[in-house]
Amino acid sequence: MTAQPFRLPAGGRIRRDEPLSFRFDGIEYQGYRGDTLASALLAAGVRRTARSVKLGRPRGVFTAGSAEPNAIVQIEAPFPEPMLTATTVELYDGLVASGLPGQGRLADEPDPARYDAVHAHCDVLVVGGGPAGLAAAAAAARTGARVILADEQPEPGGSLLDTGELPDWVARTTAELAAAAETRVLSRTTVFGHYDDNHLLAVERRTNHLGAQAPSHLSRERIWRIRARRVVLATGAHERPIAFADNDRPGIMLAAAARAYLHRYAVVAGRRAVVFTTGDSAYDAALDLAAAGVDVAAVADARPRPGAAAERAARAGIEVLAGHAVIGTTGDRQLTGVTVRPLHDGEPTGPAAPIAADLLLVSGGWNPALHLFGQAGGQLRYDPGLGAFLPDGCRQAVRVAGAARGVGELPGCLADGAEAGRRAAQDEGFTAARPLPPPEASAAPEPGAPSVPLWVVPGQDNLDRAFVDLQRDVTVADLARASGAGLRSVEHLKRYTTAGTAHDQGKTSGVLTSGVAARLLGVDPAELGTTTFRPPYTPVAFAALAGRNRGVLHDPVRVTALHDRHLAHGARFENVGQWKRPWYYPRDGEDMAAAVARECRAAREGVAMMDAGTLGKIDVQGPDAGVFLDRLYTNMMSTLRVGMIRYGVMCRADGMVFDDGTVARLAEDRFLLTTTTGNAAAVLDWLEEWSQTEWPELRVHCTSVTDQWATVALVGPRSREVLAAIAPQLAVGAPDFPFMAWRDATVAGIPARVCRISFSGELAYEINVASWYATALWEALHTAGRPLGITPYGTETMHVLRAEKGYPIVGQDTDGTVTPQDLGMGWVVSKKKRDFVGKRSHSRADTSRPDRKQLVALLPPPDVLLPEGTQLIATDRLARPPVPMEGHVTSSYRSAALGRTFALALVRSGRRRIGERLYAPVGGELVPVTVADPVLYDPEGTRRDG
Amino acid sequence: MVEHVEKHSPLGGFAARLAAATRASGGAVRLAELPFLTQVNVRLDAKGPAADAVRLALGIPLPVAPNTMVRGGGLAALWLGPDEWLVVGPPGTASGLEARLRGAVGGTHAAVTDVSAQRTALLVAGPRSRDLLAHGTSLDLHPRSFGPGRCAQTLLARAQVVLAARDERRPGFWLLVRSSFAGYLAEWLLDAAVEYAEPPS
Repeated sequence: MTAQPFRLPAGGRIRRDEPLSFRFDGIEYQGYRGDTLASALLAAGVRRTARSVKLGRPRGVFTAGSAEPNAIVQIEAPFPEPMLTATTVELYDGLVASGLPGQGRLADEPDPARYDAVHAHCDVLVVGGGPAGLAAAAAAARTGARVILADEQPEPGGSLLDTGELPDWVARTTAELAAAAETRVLSRTTVFGHYDDNHLLAVERRTNHLGAQAPSHLSRERIWRIRARRVVLATGAHERPIAFADNDRPGIMLAAAARAYLHRYAVVAGRRAVVFTTGDSAYDAALDLAAAGVDVAAVADARPRPGAAAERAARAGIEVLAGHAVIGTTGDRQLTGVTVRPLHDGEPTGPAAPIAADLLLVSGGWNPALHLFGQAGGQLRYDPGLGAFLPDGCRQAVRVAGAARGVGELPGCLADGAEAGRRAAQDEGFTAARPLPPPEASAAPEPGAPSVPLWVVPGQDNLDRAFVDLQRDVTVADLARASGAGLRSVEHLKRYTTAGTAHDQGKTSGVLTSGVAARLLGVDPAELGTTTFRPPYTPVAFAALAGRNRGVLHDPVRVTALHDRHLAHGARFENVGQWKRPWYYPRDGEDMAAAVARECRAAREGVAMMDAGTLGKIDVQGPDAGVFLDRLYTNMMSTLRVGMIRYGVMCRADGMVFDDGTVARLAEDRFLLTTTTGNAAAVLDWLEEWSQTEWPELRVHCTSVTDQWATVALVGPRSREVLAAIAPQLAVGAPDFPFMAWRDATVAGIPARVCRISFSGELAYEINVASWYATALWEALHTAGRPLGITPYGTETMHVLRAEKGYPIVGQDTDGTVTPQDLGMGWVVSKKKRDFVGKRSHSRADTSRPDRKQLVALLPPPDVLLPEGTQLIATDRLARPPVPMEGHVTSSYRSAALGRTFALALVRSGRRRIGERLYAPVGGELVPVTVADPVLYDPEGTRRDG
Repeated sequence: MVEHVEKHSPLGGFAARLAAATRASGGAVRLAELPFLTQVNVRLDAKGPAADAVRLALGIPLPVAPNTMVRGGGLAALWLGPDEWLVVGPPGTASGLEARLRGAVGGTHAAVTDVSAQRTALLVAGPRSRDLLAHGTSLDLHPRSFGPGRCAQTLLARAQVVLAARDERRPGFWLLVRSSFAGYLAEWLLDAAVEYAEPPS
């Protein structure tokens, strides 16, 4: 067994029956279940955990928790994870880690673990499971209120576990909370963000501490999105360091941290200790360490007259050096000695005395942990007595309890927490039948002597080694340079020196920076204030924030009722918004061009079919539906006869094309609209907006039926034969079933609405059935059409077919700056209607400019496919920039029917320039193109009726 | 009329996996599609005569309290808006229900639309069903806040759903989701349900 020379033979909260092996910086060590990586390293005698980021100075464990500035590590196994603090990594078997000089590296492999999120709601959220937080949660829980207690440690207790006080009360209260029906205790959970309306985010580390033994079905980390009616912040306080020369060596740590290592992990952080303090609390650490066998050489107390605590230490045989400060330390790789010197009236006097020590405990006072309070919008005020910032009111329903609001003594914290919890619940209407009793009486606290803030030990000439921010290597000298450069705001000092910008966001250095800067600037710390507290309180992994929204679940994939059919036909899919639409259906080794050419030929020469189910569909009902649609479409809809269909265009108020589609009149007071696939939701919103806010007097209701109906387009000169075969009762002849008519019919035994609509110029039908029957319809069409070679086709073929006919696609050939007239569709804009949305804009001088960009076709050399988006210029050589742009390519395809490539483009004065030559810069060459009428295929429209 | 034609529900292909997740959880969560329910969207003036006529025709009122559901006679009426409801009934009753509703509203201005295939329904029940849904919805599903008879239109994960709390003693919810989103939502529910699988013994 590897030696753990600094582990005491008994005590602590570790599980000595569960020894664990781990590696750090390539060396094998052992620790116990319940250790942190830091406590196990200290037990093994490892003092130096990393070198500092800028200066390369050796650094060691400085705290016992999430405030740690020094001991950041990279986890190597089981999964690489950078920038964790050794003081918060729970030890597990097989852990492999290494110390980091300020920067880690991200894993280059996908994280195999699961991450998730939970939304939670409560009447009272208590943040922090120390004495005040436990008391608050228990008091609130007793009222029956819904309570959440979130605590970052593996078990509740907080500072009580650091000091070993009230173990029975902690156990009893924890058990009471666990048994409370409406209370949830979240351990290993750090609340890292406090937002408006008491919305708080927390991260729970659920299985990290199990290492490779973590069950794979559980999420490794979980984000809690908590909405709390009331919040009690019992976030405790962070002990503050003091700036003196060489205050960064391994072996120097905060006094309370050493006490925590002793009580939680049965680890002594050194053999011979010196304590440097400005208040009473460090004496408890000194006494506890002495009782554990550490040789406490001296307590240097900066106060000239320390009180009862010092007397108690002296009685225990510890030398108390009143009115002394540590002015320097020695030791290359770790601390070997401390130099102390008397202070008189704040100035060093008398001889310096060296003391041999391998452990220096520092206590410069306590900073209430008000990070969340600050995030929540809470105000702070400076308390000169404590040398700390205290809460001073918050606009949110937030209470601060215990050490977080400067309460120093344990009984005070317990009472304060219980009161905060009780009142928070009471504010939500909950009261307790049996209020929380105070814990069994502990010894009445002796009257303490006030602490005296000390930021920088005076009289030092090595201020470039007096560190303020250990992680960023920021010293008092750096702050002096910054203030000397004229920076007077603490925010500017922070940015200039980088103090407080590391992973720890200045938990140990922030207030010290303010205090030192205030001294340098000759102002009061109250005037200088603190830097802004921003989330997250501690670093949070991106994987945790992403949660389940990764991979296939990253964004919803919408599919039509025919998706399985498309898969069976070997379709390649393209993303259209959130939809997966069949793009083309390659057969035996075909490439895309060959497949599309084959699909186009089938549609033009035989029969083909396409899933058109993604089109938006809106059912519009009401006596005023016709008037309503007249006002929204550019053309007239109220004159449409029942049984007929009309193409329509909608504009925004600016006169630009917003959407297009068809309108079928189902009854006098009922219409069915189709929209483009991408605009289905936007068009419904548009209709509702005008109906609800502008024309509430119109009696009309809109209902989305996009997913209700499956639509199959049956296209081609032989489509009529296929339809006739499976709809024997339907009169399919052109005279009985004319273009732009719809009929209710039974198709393949299914109730259907058949529309004679064509988006290809060919004879075509769109067959609509309830989406449950989509597969049956598709199979029936496929079977009936097989003798005729019926061919499924995808969106690419649809695009080619419509472009050959010059039909624009909103969003592809338009971009929000295109009017119907620009598209050559002046015919769809009513001259007779008194008004419609966009009408007035069509009479603006700008919309009637003759040099607007207009939709035309382009004919490049027959085998050149222009990239969509290609710019067009008028000259056969490039002029000096800025080159005048004549337009751009919006669609570009190979056409089987035309035997060549072609494109659609928006071209300045395009319709006037038909027959002209333009040039398209493609890959360094200027490709000549001829401007043409956009209808390249069957301009006479002879194919529409088959 | 169409009995001989095969119907396919949006989550028909998920039935085995939903059942497997239910089994794996030992009943902690129950997941199943409730396919082919009849669903009719009704829009009318809640204060007008049509609302009374519908109440008489259905035997249940259209609820006027926002985000509530009224059940009775094998039907459920879900409040979707001040003038909009979804009436849900057993499979195969769409044409009859639509006709009853149209007959009830008569000549008054109202919209009655069969949307049975617009959404499919999922049952999410079992002691951990609330926890399962809490992974994806920001609504408070605690019985004090979302008890039986409550419904809401909200997001579950990244899909719009209509969520309704069944008026039974045990926790259970109906989820109505657009057919095109149903596959995504089922995949999401199955992934979230992995958490509640009993560890292999």
